[in-house]
Amino acid sequence: MGGMCAAIRETKRMIELNNIRKVFNAGKPNEFVAIDEVNLIIDAQKATVLKGPSGSGKTTLLSILGCMARPTAGRITLLDREITSLPERFLTEIRRKTFGFIFQQFNLIKGITALENVMIPAYPSGEQHSALKKRAMVLLGLFNLSHKASSKVEWLSGGEAQRVAIARALVNNPSVIVADEPTAHLDTKLSREYMEIMMSLKAEGKTILIASHDPIVYDSDVIDRVVGMRDGKIVDSGRRP
Amino acid sequence: MEKQKNILDFTLASLLRRKGKNMALMVIYTFVIFLVGSVMFFTSAIKQEASLVLKDAPEMMVQKLVAGRHDLIPVRYADTIKQIKGVQSVKPRLWGYYYDPTNGANYTMVVDDANRDNTGNITIGSAVARSLPNDDNGLVPFKAYDGSYLFLKIKGVLSSKSELVSADLILISEDDFRKLFSIPKEYATDLVLKIRNPKELTTIAGKIGQFFPDTRSILRDEILRTYDTVFAWRGGMIIVVLSSAVFAFIILAWDKATGLSAEEKKEMGILKAIGWETSDVLLMKFWEGSAISLSSFLLGVLLAYGHIFFTSSILFEPALKGWSVLYPAFKLTPFIDAYQIATLFFLTVIPYTTATIVPSWRAATIDPDSVMRS
Repeated sequence: MGGMCAAIRETKRMIELNNIRKVFNAGKPNEFVAIDEVNLIIDAQKATVLKGPSGSGKTTLLSILGCMARPTAGRITLLDREITSLPERFLTEIRRKTFGFIFQQFNLIKGITALENVMIPAYPSGEQHSALKKRAMVLLGLFNLSHKASSKVEWLSGGEAQRVAIARALVNNPSVIVADEPTAHLDTKLSREYMEIMMSLKAEGKTILIASHDPIVYDSDVIDRVVGMRDGKIVDSGRRP
Repeated sequence: MEKQKNILDFTLASLLRRKGKNMALMVIYTFVIFLVGSVMFFTSAIKQEASLVLKDAPEMMVQKLVAGRHDLIPVRYADTIKQIKGVQSVKPRLWGYYYDPTNGANYTMVVDDANRDNTGNITIGSAVARSLPNDDNGLVPFKAYDGSYLFLKIKGVLSSKSELVSADLILISEDDFRKLFSIPKEYATDLVLKIRNPKELTTIAGKIGQFFPDTRSILRDEILRTYDTVFAWRGGMIIVVLSSAVFAFIILAWDKATGLSAEEKKEMGILKAIGWETSDVLLMKFWEGSAISLSSFLLGVLLAYGHIFFTSSILFEPALKGWSVLYPAFKLTPFIDAYQIATLFFLTVIPYTTATIVPSWRAATIDPDSVMRS
């Protein structure tokens, strides 16, 4: 991780997309171009929002940025390392170590406790269970959720579930936080709380990437850059700070 | 190692989440293992028991045949057979079955050396003791061949190591036996031989066949084989009956194990999205399948063991035991055939675990970003 931080300081370029194209159902009658010729540079330690109406390709672009999906064409560079052609295993490892994901529906795993949910992303790393548990408890403590650690996630309120989802995204100490419409299911108060958490994470040096069409998100002071999207293309690349 | 432990930990927590589905599966799984395991334990224990009993059986028996049926053998045949080289001794034997219409039971009547001259008395097996009618003097009426009654006194009850064979036994004197069934002095039921060298058994049997073409020689090994077949057949019969249950289980297991619910699929997607590799997800599914099938297997085998050796196989005793109408109540000596356990294991645990992994493999290869799009 130390090497990565050094790299961040030097390059300031976290992710670079070159001529990215993503086509679903290629060659079939229902072929659909979700992303078309996108070039984008995401700066390290900054908060970037992908803004646009639904169907504009925000989520698809976000999953390509987060190494969750492969582009049909184009190149992705992560910290000056070309990762487009890496095998699935390596991509998974990069995803686990570099990115922390917060989903629209939070996607917490029901039936198990908040603590276990926070720990899950770290299981494959082979970290010792007790150490991992301690770390997860510290994270829950940061979000004032220590008393809910042993509660099943379905018993949590919306705000609590949201914070558990954030804690889960942070458990592997990623340098990039990727969030897809994080405030879609939150009221105004919780949405503002969410942005405050993002602010503190940015202050810690994390890169924030959010897909959203919520003004609370893209008008927030936390955000350094708003990238406008429509029909799979970038219509406004925002100003790079 | 730590990774395996973490994933196993999560798997066990997952199992508890789907309590209903997994419990139902385990109950049925355990039940099927219990049934099949019981049959296996029973047949192998009873076979073992029978072979223990037959260990002391004569090495060779000679029977006379008339029109292909077993008939009484003239005792004088023994004198000729004794002359054959290698024959140590020849002894005429008297035995038969007595049908007791009151109890609807068949008893095995045997004249043994200890009771040969004990006219008027009988020694009986434990099951016979429970069912035979007798008056206060211990006298039991037996209906003879001509309809007259012969009263015999119970002198003792057999306590044998193996109840299986002795339970329906009546030991009777030679005189009484001949009187009861009208067997002339110069005839016996069969002849038993002792042979010095077991390698000569077949040669001697061949010679007996030459001297007395109307006889057949039965070797102990052949009897053992017959017993084996009979018990295997009984076991097989039960297995045929059980096979419908097993089939029902296979269908259910296949359905439950292969059908991933939408929620399970979504969970796999989440796990992949947050950094689990396909192999990690499969490892989890493997642990899940193994946990269910291994625990059901162990539980089923333990229950079957208890059923056969502690409760005297109450569930299917009537179908498996006894070659006469009388069912002797007895406890089997625990005997386990490791080979059978292994067979049962490979026929249940392995296919089930595979059945859980295959569909997971298909689901686990989905793109992690499907979670974002759902």
